[in-house]
Amino acid sequence: MRFGVVRFPGTNCEQDAVHALRTMGFGAEYVWHQDSDLSGFDAVVLPGGFSYGDYLRSGAIARFSPVMSEVVRFAERGNPVIGICNGFQVLTEAHLLPGALIRNKNLKFLCQTVHLSVQDSVCQWLDAPKGTTFAIPISHHDGNYVCSPEDYQALCEGSQIVLRYCEPDGHIAPDSAPNGSFENIAGICNATGNVFGLMPHPERVVDGVSGSTQGRAFFEAIAQRFN
Amino acid sequence: MESIKPPVCDKLDTLDPQLAPKIASELGLNEEEYRNVVHTQGRIPTLTELYIYSLMWSEHCSYKHSRAQLRKFSSEGPQVLQGPGENAGVISVGDGWAAAFKMESHNHPSAIEPYEGAATGVGGIIRDIFTMGARPIASLNSLRFGTLDKPRQRYLLDGAVAGIGGYGNCLGVPTVGGEIYFDRAYEGNCLINAFALGLMREENLTRAVGSGPGNPVMLIGNSTGRDGIGGASVLASQEFDEAAENKRPAVQVGDPFEEKLLIEVCLELLERGMFVALGDLGAAGLTSSASEMASRGGVGIEIDVRKVPQREAGMLPYEIMVSESQERMLAVVKPQDVASVQEACERWGVGCSLIGRITDTGRFVVIDSNLPQDRQVVADMPAEQLAADAPLYHPESSRPAYLDEAAAFDPASLGLPRDVGTLSAQLLTLLGSPNLCSREWVWRQYDHQVQASTALLPGADAAVVRVGAPGRGPISQRGLAMTTDCNGRYCWLDPYRGARIAVAESVRNLACVGAEPAAVTDCLNFGNPEKPEVFYTFEQAIDGMSEACRYFGVPVVSGNVSFYNESFGNAIYPTPTVGMVGLMDDFRRFATPAFKKAGDTIFLIGETADELGGSEYLSVLYDEVRGACPACDLELERDTSDLVRRAVAEGILASAHDVSEGGAALALAECCIAGGLGAKAAFDDGLPAAASLFSETQARFIVSVDDLAATELVSRLLEANIPYAVVGEVVEPEEGISIEGKIQVSLEEATSAFKGGL
Repeated sequence: MRFGVVRFPGTNCEQDAVHALRTMGFGAEYVWHQDSDLSGFDAVVLPGGFSYGDYLRSGAIARFSPVMSEVVRFAERGNPVIGICNGFQVLTEAHLLPGALIRNKNLKFLCQTVHLSVQDSVCQWLDAPKGTTFAIPISHHDGNYVCSPEDYQALCEGSQIVLRYCEPDGHIAPDSAPNGSFENIAGICNATGNVFGLMPHPERVVDGVSGSTQGRAFFEAIAQRFN
Repeated sequence: MESIKPPVCDKLDTLDPQLAPKIASELGLNEEEYRNVVHTQGRIPTLTELYIYSLMWSEHCSYKHSRAQLRKFSSEGPQVLQGPGENAGVISVGDGWAAAFKMESHNHPSAIEPYEGAATGVGGIIRDIFTMGARPIASLNSLRFGTLDKPRQRYLLDGAVAGIGGYGNCLGVPTVGGEIYFDRAYEGNCLINAFALGLMREENLTRAVGSGPGNPVMLIGNSTGRDGIGGASVLASQEFDEAAENKRPAVQVGDPFEEKLLIEVCLELLERGMFVALGDLGAAGLTSSASEMASRGGVGIEIDVRKVPQREAGMLPYEIMVSESQERMLAVVKPQDVASVQEACERWGVGCSLIGRITDTGRFVVIDSNLPQDRQVVADMPAEQLAADAPLYHPESSRPAYLDEAAAFDPASLGLPRDVGTLSAQLLTLLGSPNLCSREWVWRQYDHQVQASTALLPGADAAVVRVGAPGRGPISQRGLAMTTDCNGRYCWLDPYRGARIAVAESVRNLACVGAEPAAVTDCLNFGNPEKPEVFYTFEQAIDGMSEACRYFGVPVVSGNVSFYNESFGNAIYPTPTVGMVGLMDDFRRFATPAFKKAGDTIFLIGETADELGGSEYLSVLYDEVRGACPACDLELERDTSDLVRRAVAEGILASAHDVSEGGAALALAECCIAGGLGAKAAFDDGLPAAASLFSETQARFIVSVDDLAATELVSRLLEANIPYAVVGEVVEPEEGISIEGKIQVSLEEATSAFKGGL
């Protein structure tokens, strides 16, 4: 299993992602944003950070990087792509996923551990029963997910909502999403389940440096598909 | 890229002899200093030269009032790889790793414009770290504001916190800890002290020492504008008055995206060995960076201002030389490496220009190649003397009268309460007070986990990060702990003792996470040193801090002095902030304040005395800051900290927390809140109830242990001859927090008071 981890100018979680993947025994290499060759990679990670300083709009400039046209083709061929935090923002800007991430409802940057409830979805990245909860950190200023009623209906009908913010006991309460996300949405996938975008950072809780290894589940399922 | 041509003629446009002293005075040079400029130059200076001297000889750049005092610090130690005098201090942390760290103030800009002031404070200290060849991996900040009942103070707090987050989060450098205090003394002058630490392999240590005549000098990063002109002289070296708002143009504006790119390109080029020397452009911009690089290397340097990319049209040579535009680095490279440096900068999208060269003349020469050929030299100064001839003052010092008056105050004269109801209500008020309540509102706005190395999340006694290069290189089991400490109120009551306490508290905080103190950086914030009563407090604080650092065997490897923190004639509390770094063999071997399980035994290590002077208790509940500063017994501090540190590192303690502001009652409540558990305790110390609960006697810890470990802990305490008391046990949350005959509160009310404070 070999992951390509894309590095835009301003990306700052690419090393964490490579470290997490290598810790789990996978191959992981950096892909420079000006490269447009993804051959040799089984999956692509768009990591977190502030690509292009998040100037204009989070993820808005990164989508025009040469590598992104190749990421789109890679995804369209059914290959797995995960966008974490800023990577999720890039995926929505690139229209690989619907909706948008706007400023947190309290207008402040939020770095904290949140609880996530796994939904019944077609996502190929996460293989956990509906209702499983994870405690995973978030770290973002623009993580408030919004989408049109039509998009939301399509997401529901296609089982594309992967994760919702919840209480520690798994109960999904109206204010469980600290960023104010619509319908508590924390992560979604495309109709075929190979493209996954989420605001929380599973790569930060893989090697147990801060005590938790709950993030491993977010990379295990996809790797098993390649075994 | 065309090369820089040497100037053909040295026909200098010197100033009019009548006008020059007037300009000098406007730039902040006094008459004697101006005479010395003329003496060093051997003639009347040019306008550019005068600007350069005024900055290099400003308090901020020359430390003219503090240099003599700073010699009291010891910077020696087997672990020290680089002491003071460089962009940051560097120590060896084992396994071939080295840590570069420093703390620096950005007080004056932040008081004018908190967001940009704090943001560029972070940017500046981070540049100091990667300049040394280290990847910045952690940042902390020590902040002081006035009281929050004033809307302006809330604005400053919100702005500074947002600025620190806005910059650090974008860079991907985790903000892992720090401290915040509120006191009226900081109303006119908030303090923004930024600490940063970076890691490198020892062999990658790089210095800002220019060498190799003929080597090109390159400017990397942002273009140069008129922002921040005179920041060091106008802002940082004067008191504030009614005109403060007009000083806003002297505040720089930060671009963290540009800095992130700079970090990456510079570290890549450093690793490839492409830099002979590297320095960042901070206070006084190109002026200090170029001249220091030349003087440290004993060489000359020649800069053509017209080769410097400019943001604005029509900038004059002196403006280009003194601009404090952010995110710029000065590099000396070998001629054969210029192309590689340019290639890397282009790949990262970072600006890069050849602006000059190293010479063998020992002169700092500034050229404007737009001028007629025979008038291109606009400044020509001896590089070494520009640094070495900087004024050195031994200011007058006199003991302020208020010291005795404040120390004579007896807190008991306030008629302090003894009943459970009042004392419990007072505890809840303290838990929710701005200086003691939870800082979660603040650190939630900082990315504290990026870089996959944060072992201990904020909210404990000290920050802990793992040593290693995740995603780039090896990972180690070693850990680094960091803390910043200073109680300004103690330092106001007794600057000598207060400074000793700041060092001892850092040692205590490190002990709680099992870390051995290794080295110190300091940030010395004071009022106007030309006032004898202010200078007295500075002298005393340096004595106290340097003695305590020697006692604990921790060298001071870097630091910063910030004077003139005064508004309308009122100085801040003397605030000598300590930033201490500690080493751990295993980053996972730390303790936290949180009680772990019901049934564990609670110990109070150390002995409480009746020391309410300068306490949070008096300040919050009686609006009183007087009384005697608590005593500081360094031997007891060392013995207790040694014992706690070993016990933590060996995994004997279930929890450990240092007793500081708010006293033992507050520390006990914090341990309960953090652990979501109650406590059933008794403080049988024979003291009046308020003193027993809230006295801020030093050298104390609250720890908890299970039955098995309790016996071991007792035997260690007896062996080390350390006073202690078994004060109670951890209980289920429903039983609340009780201290026999003194306190009875529920865990919910304590928690909600603590968490709702900010």
